[in-house]
Amino acid sequence: MFVEEKTSLAVEIESLVKKYGNDRSALLTILHEIQKQHRYISDYAQQEIARHLNIHPVEVYSVISFYAFLNSEPKGRNIVRICRTVSCEMKGKEALEKAIERELGIRIGETTKDKKFTVEYANCLGLCDVAPAMSINDRVYTRLTPEKAVQLLNEVK
Amino acid sequence: MEIKKLERNGKIIFSEYKRGGGIIKALSMKRDEILFELKDSKLKGRGGAGFPTSTKWMLTAASISDEKYIICNADEGEPGTFKDRVLLSEYPELVFDGMVIGGYTIGAKLGIVYLRGEYEYLQKPLEDYLNEMREDNLLGKNILGKEGFDFDIEIFLGSGAYVCGEETALIESLEGNRGEARNRPPYPVNTGYNGKPTSVNNVETLATIPHIILKGAEWFRNTGTDKSSGSKLFSISGDCDKPGVYELPWGTTINELLDLVEAKNIKAVQIGGASGFCYPKSQFDRKLAYEDAATGGSIIIFNENRNMVSVLKNFMEFFVEESCGQCTPCRIGNTKLLEGVKQIEKGVHTFSYINKLRDLGKTMQVASKCGLGQSSPNAFISILDNFKDEVLNYNNGGANGRN
Ligand SMILES: Cc1cc2nc3c(=O)[nH]c(=O)nc-3n(C[C@H](O)[C@H](O)[C@H](O)COP(=O)(O)O)c2cc1C
Ligand code: SF4
Ligand code: FES
Repeated sequence: MFVEEKTSLAVEIESLVKKYGNDRSALLTILHEIQKQHRYISDYAQQEIARHLNIHPVEVYSVISFYAFLNSEPKGRNIVRICRTVSCEMKGKEALEKAIERELGIRIGETTKDKKFTVEYANCLGLCDVAPAMSINDRVYTRLTPEKAVQLLNEVK
Repeated sequence: MEIKKLERNGKIIFSEYKRGGGIIKALSMKRDEILFELKDSKLKGRGGAGFPTSTKWMLTAASISDEKYIICNADEGEPGTFKDRVLLSEYPELVFDGMVIGGYTIGAKLGIVYLRGEYEYLQKPLEDYLNEMREDNLLGKNILGKEGFDFDIEIFLGSGAYVCGEETALIESLEGNRGEARNRPPYPVNTGYNGKPTSVNNVETLATIPHIILKGAEWFRNTGTDKSSGSKLFSISGDCDKPGVYELPWGTTINELLDLVEAKNIKAVQIGGASGFCYPKSQFDRKLAYEDAATGGSIIIFNENRNMVSVLKNFMEFFVEESCGQCTPCRIGNTKLLEGVKQIEKGVHTFSYINKLRDLGKTMQVASKCGLGQSSPNAFISILDNFKDEVLNYNNGGANGRN
């Protein structure tokens, strides 16, 4: 990592700590913000956050590893989550999944070469009445057909 | 996502309500009177466990502390439930007014909404709504002129862990830790968030309270059954023409519900989500109520063409993924149950091994540390018991020649 990048991240973390406080209870909110900005929480970010909150970096890592939406390895710029739970499965989740895999040339859990997309499974998105559902970043899409899902991906910049 | 208000009908939750109405009435009452009204209403928690709400609030109110909290559990992660999403997006006035009334009653200054990460798109509209409430002095200092009653609400975003809906795991998560359930006792009503007395209530429970305060316990009890007062929101999905959220009186039968949503040729209904039970046709006259077919409201409908082995596999995959891994019965147990289902799928199982797994499920129900592991074998056991022929003879030429 470049030194410059490091310092900008350090500044970002510092301002988050200022905003949310250096209490342990601010940890998840800070991690969430970093995750949102960078799509992952690097070793360096973990160390910086640990230092500000006065806890061991391992504790930060252990929290990240617990939550599905936080990760310590880089991912694609856009995170696509396909609901894999029962009601969506009944309404054609498999066709959706296959179409997306074919179109992007990757399997669920992988990231495209150009780092544009990471595709994952989600557990019930709470949209079972309008299944099948998927999310792209923090937006959700419902009553999808394979064509519609692929079209949505094509519209992402 | 576009949030639009649908025309919804219901006797209680979806009955008419104006923002602040319940708060105005509550602030004119003594705390004891509110608790008495709630007790008289026999309202039970809508998050699944069905604990009497008045008792929870009374214990929190009686706990002596300089700080107390009321938490709205909006982690809604049970497969097949989406009623809290509807309440938060279409009826925030009910949920937040319920929290303010709760804060006043138990003596909390801060309310926290634990919003599941999957509902991030609701955060901004909810924050805006809270700002409107602040402008109207429904939040803030000396609310509506009530000297000394200060209360505000914050929203905390979860990060994708089903177990964080369990109230002690939720509190761990709020405190910046892994969402691992705590041993109970002590209970949150005494030792909750930051070690202070805390009442954790489901979104729907909170949304019911302003109506009860305004219209009275007796009005509320007029709907429902003796042991299950009032109405319930049901999240209905799967094989039917009209899926969605319905408000129905407790005591409605499964058959009545299936008619309402225009479900035809149905062979099974999963009641209570992945952690609930699967009912066969012969039991469709059962009542949805705490004393009969109890449920947090998730109803998934399966028609005659559905394959119960793949349904069960989907449920077990869910639990293997979502177990926090803290205790052995749940961590290992769910993996074993899933392996068993995969054996059935491949047709390499023996009946005696599957029976052993059924016993393992019984052990998990008593030996697991929290509700996740205690309820995850429910689907396994009920599908095995109620659809024995289909399951055990799967991939084996059908049930003695039958399908
Ligand atoms: C694994 C697990 C997940 C849970 N998820 C939720 C949830 O998403 N929402 C909820 O209100 N309660 C959930 N509960 C129940 C809570 O622990 C708690 O009983 C409830 O929030 C209390 O609110 P109530 O009394 O209003 O029902 C869950 C319990 C378990 C064991
Ligand atoms: S029962 Fe499962 S989810 Fe609950 S504490 Fe044990 S391992 Fe964790
Ligand atoms: S099962 Fe997919 S949104 Fe609920």
